[in-house]
Amino acid sequence: MRAPGRARVAFAVLAAQLRDRPLRLAVTIGAIALGIALTAGVYFVNSSALTEFAQATRALTGGADLVVDGGRAGIAERLYPELARDARVAAASPVLEVDAALAAGGSLTILGVDPFRAGELEPALYGDLTSSFFDLVQPRAIALSAAAAASLGLARGDALAIRVGRDEVRLRVVAVLPETAYARRLGIMDIGAAQWALGRLGRLTRIELRLVPGTDAARLAAGLALPPGAVAATPAAVEGRAATLSRAYRVNLNMLALVALLTGAFLVFATQLLSTLRRRGQFALLRALGVRRAEIGLAVLLEGALVGLAGGALGTAVGWLIADLVLGRLGGDLGAGLLGGAPLAVRASPLACGAFVALGTAVAIAGSWLPARRVAAMAPARALKGGDPEFTLLDRRGRALGIGLLLTGAATAFLPPLGGLPLAGYASIALMLFGALLLVPQFAMAVLALLRPRDHAIARLAIAQLKGTVAQSAVSLAAVVVSFSLMVAMAIMVHSFRESFERWLGEVLPADLYLRIAPGNDTVVLGSAEAAAIAATPGVLRTEFRRSVPIALAPDLPTVALIARPLDAKTLAGLPWVVRPVGTSALTPVYVSEAVRDLYGAKPGSTLRLPVGGQLHAVSVAGVWRDYARSSGAIVIERATYEAWTHDDGATEGAAWLAPGASATAVAAALGRRLALGASVDFISTTRLKERSLAAFDRAFAITYALEAIAVGIGLAGVAFAFASQALGRRAEFGVLRHLGVSRRSLRLLLAGEGALVGLVGALYGLITGGVLSLVLVYVVNRQSFHWSLTLVIPGLELAAAAGALVVAAAVTATIAARAVLSPSAVRAVREDW
Amino acid sequence: MALLALQRVTRSYRADRPAVIEDLSFCLEAGEYVAIMGESGVGKSTLLNLIAGLDRADAGTITLDGTELTSLDDDAMTLVRRRSMGFVFQAFHVLPYLTAAANVALPLELLGWPEDRRAARVAAMLGEVGLAAAGERLPRELSGGELQRVALARALAHAPRLLLADEPTGNLDPRTAAQVLEVLRTQVKAHGGAGILITHSQTAAATADRSFVFDGRALTPRLP
Repeated sequence: MRAPGRARVAFAVLAAQLRDRPLRLAVTIGAIALGIALTAGVYFVNSSALTEFAQATRALTGGADLVVDGGRAGIAERLYPELARDARVAAASPVLEVDAALAAGGSLTILGVDPFRAGELEPALYGDLTSSFFDLVQPRAIALSAAAAASLGLARGDALAIRVGRDEVRLRVVAVLPETAYARRLGIMDIGAAQWALGRLGRLTRIELRLVPGTDAARLAAGLALPPGAVAATPAAVEGRAATLSRAYRVNLNMLALVALLTGAFLVFATQLLSTLRRRGQFALLRALGVRRAEIGLAVLLEGALVGLAGGALGTAVGWLIADLVLGRLGGDLGAGLLGGAPLAVRASPLACGAFVALGTAVAIAGSWLPARRVAAMAPARALKGGDPEFTLLDRRGRALGIGLLLTGAATAFLPPLGGLPLAGYASIALMLFGALLLVPQFAMAVLALLRPRDHAIARLAIAQLKGTVAQSAVSLAAVVVSFSLMVAMAIMVHSFRESFERWLGEVLPADLYLRIAPGNDTVVLGSAEAAAIAATPGVLRTEFRRSVPIALAPDLPTVALIARPLDAKTLAGLPWVVRPVGTSALTPVYVSEAVRDLYGAKPGSTLRLPVGGQLHAVSVAGVWRDYARSSGAIVIERATYEAWTHDDGATEGAAWLAPGASATAVAAALGRRLALGASVDFISTTRLKERSLAAFDRAFAITYALEAIAVGIGLAGVAFAFASQALGRRAEFGVLRHLGVSRRSLRLLLAGEGALVGLVGALYGLITGGVLSLVLVYVVNRQSFHWSLTLVIPGLELAAAAGALVVAAAVTATIAARAVLSPSAVRAVREDW
Repeated sequence: MALLALQRVTRSYRADRPAVIEDLSFCLEAGEYVAIMGESGVGKSTLLNLIAGLDRADAGTITLDGTELTSLDDDAMTLVRRRSMGFVFQAFHVLPYLTAAANVALPLELLGWPEDRRAARVAAMLGEVGLAAAGERLPRELSGGELQRVALARALAHAPRLLLADEPTGNLDPRTAAQVLEVLRTQVKAHGGAGILITHSQTAAATADRSFVFDGRALTPRLP
């Protein structure tokens, strides 16, 4: 028989085995499918959300090649004719974008456009507005997107009341655009009418340019003389800036999903290895019949590939369903509030789906590779005779490799971020995890050596059994160690984050009551009259007001929040410092968050140029403070300095210290009546604000907890499979024990004891490994992803409880998985030779 | 009173098939060492399982040392096996992850013997089967004959009242088989209990006090 024929024979024998053991096949396929489902699900969620966001952005920027963006501060209208007259510009469209406060509460994004100019960049707009084109140029006329009309319950001809300052402005709905026009909830007005109605005379938000074909957009952008605070960027860069906001969060989610895939891969490895060991007699027989080593190895790999193909296909389909469910319930940012949070549909290309099927296949092949090599290397004579399988992970090479990986991983953690992402940190975690896994047998033996129950035969049997089969036990332990250590690492990181966040809230919220202009609202500010009214409200002892405006320091990075607030000595002392202010400078001092320090190199003593009030102001970085609210950065400046630069004395936030005994709820109600700004202003007590902040934190990490639990579940599945697989080979052993007078209850105890020992070793090793990995997560990954520092806090009680639960779960799992050995037929297995 | 007594024991697995064991009565006295022969499939293993309490008779009684085994529940029967029975199998069934000494000690540990007494007994038993120096070796380091002797030492360590040997020499060469059979007989006689040897081999059967042929219904004495 030719070589391919022999390999085919070998594969046919294996396939028959698979058919004979449908449960094992199902477990292996299920492990792959689960890992792929989670990875694919997270990927589909991310890509769908970003695709949606990008499309929404492109819908707004239309056919523009370049966008001159002034941000929330805006740019002077006179820039528009200057740009429009440039010979390289084919068409220019001025846009005013304002988040207007609605009189009934909430806000609406209003785009003020020149319908004629906008249509040059986006001809479809003409079609959308065909019947109401000239209605739009009427004063106070507005066209609503379908989403806006639906959410506001408005139709053509209805009135829409917005709040501008203290005034209420009534607009008239002249059209509802088709759903295909704009997916977002927004309104469109004639730009002149918008400037007048929204109090933005002479100001634009951006100017969209279509360039003459062949014009280099980047070169043109670099050569433009723009006012401070304005940037010129291509639409792709605009999309990228927004995506950057959530990039680190999404990358972390992808890594979590990869945890599940990694654990699933270990389960495949464990099942393949143990099943090949169990079938060593059949492999030896095939060798005796003339099948070569390489052909048997090929058959094992082929078996793995088919399992992976089935698991990958199933996992991709389930991943799609998971993504559909999650997008519908939590939105594209999984509840983190970074991308809008509106329900979305899954968008994934056939190529992406095919890639995940291929990934599942690759993982299964990788998991089968070592077993294939071991099988091929087995001495058939010994395997035919029976006896202990000649398998070990305990060789010196494995130990040396393990130690080498640990050291290399530790060193890798000190590398800087790549492209703003903590890739070296992830690599460090993977290297150290692999290294730790190779040292599992050593650890297991060390722990088992410490356990010496004197007068308990069953316990001694369990320990002896594990010691005698530590190499095989190490395989089943691997899945537990991977999942539990990563769970421990994540738990320490999240707990540290939460504790640090809670402590930080206490530092940055010293007042009793807070008020702010409702988010997404550009048309209402608290002026000096409102500030005086607040300060004079009964029950209010002291007040402080702040102005927060976004400023752009770099075209390729999200805006930074400039926070103008009164900075007396007491206020300065109360900031959550990372680097306290020292020394003096002739320049105006500012205090930057860690993100600004990391992203812009704004170390203490360095100089920054801030585009404020239409000019660039040189300031000195005096100190660095911790800010968990804004991952893109914040800069604190003395309010008087800001007012001097901008002549803007409006405030967007305020804090009130109350008299002893004053009720925050009552004072908030009184303030609301005094200000009469309706839903444009939020009032919230410090207690409630802290509760709400912590709830948002927990919500953002809910998906993390779920993924951790699933990973641990996969690990336990590994224990279950290993015990079930070994149970078959131990039927005679358990039969002998029954003959020796060991009761069924004692045998269950033995199984539970072995499972508990596996769980104990896995938990202990997982705690140690996870503790080390958490250092990388806290001090490297988190720092490089979000640019904020955490204080390491270890949740001892929770980890102890988790370890205890794992031990119990492993005991229960092992007992259930191997219960077949307790049956009467198992007892008779001692005489199977008859 | 007989050490072991079977009274009209019947066992069938399917109502539409003849009983595997039908209306069998048999007695074994203390100090007796008997061999039971029979064709394959005749029910020898079933007989052993019934005596060991690992299977339940459909009818009849089995009594060991005055205790009616057929009336005991599983836990009680397990205790009887632990205290009063020893087993030797064709495939040895020595636990692979325990040393020879630990294997022999296992029944004593299950009975709660203190460590020093246990160690002394294990050493003695290993000496009696000619493996005094092999106590710390693992099963994979022992030959087939050595493994069977370890199994024999384990079966006799706690001086059981009844030793059941199921084709103990089936996997051994003739010389080793003879050694094992000699040890079997000597130990049974030395401890005052009784022994049943299931075998296909006439040579092995000849080492017993009496031989029987089992046909499912009766144990017919076999002439030498």
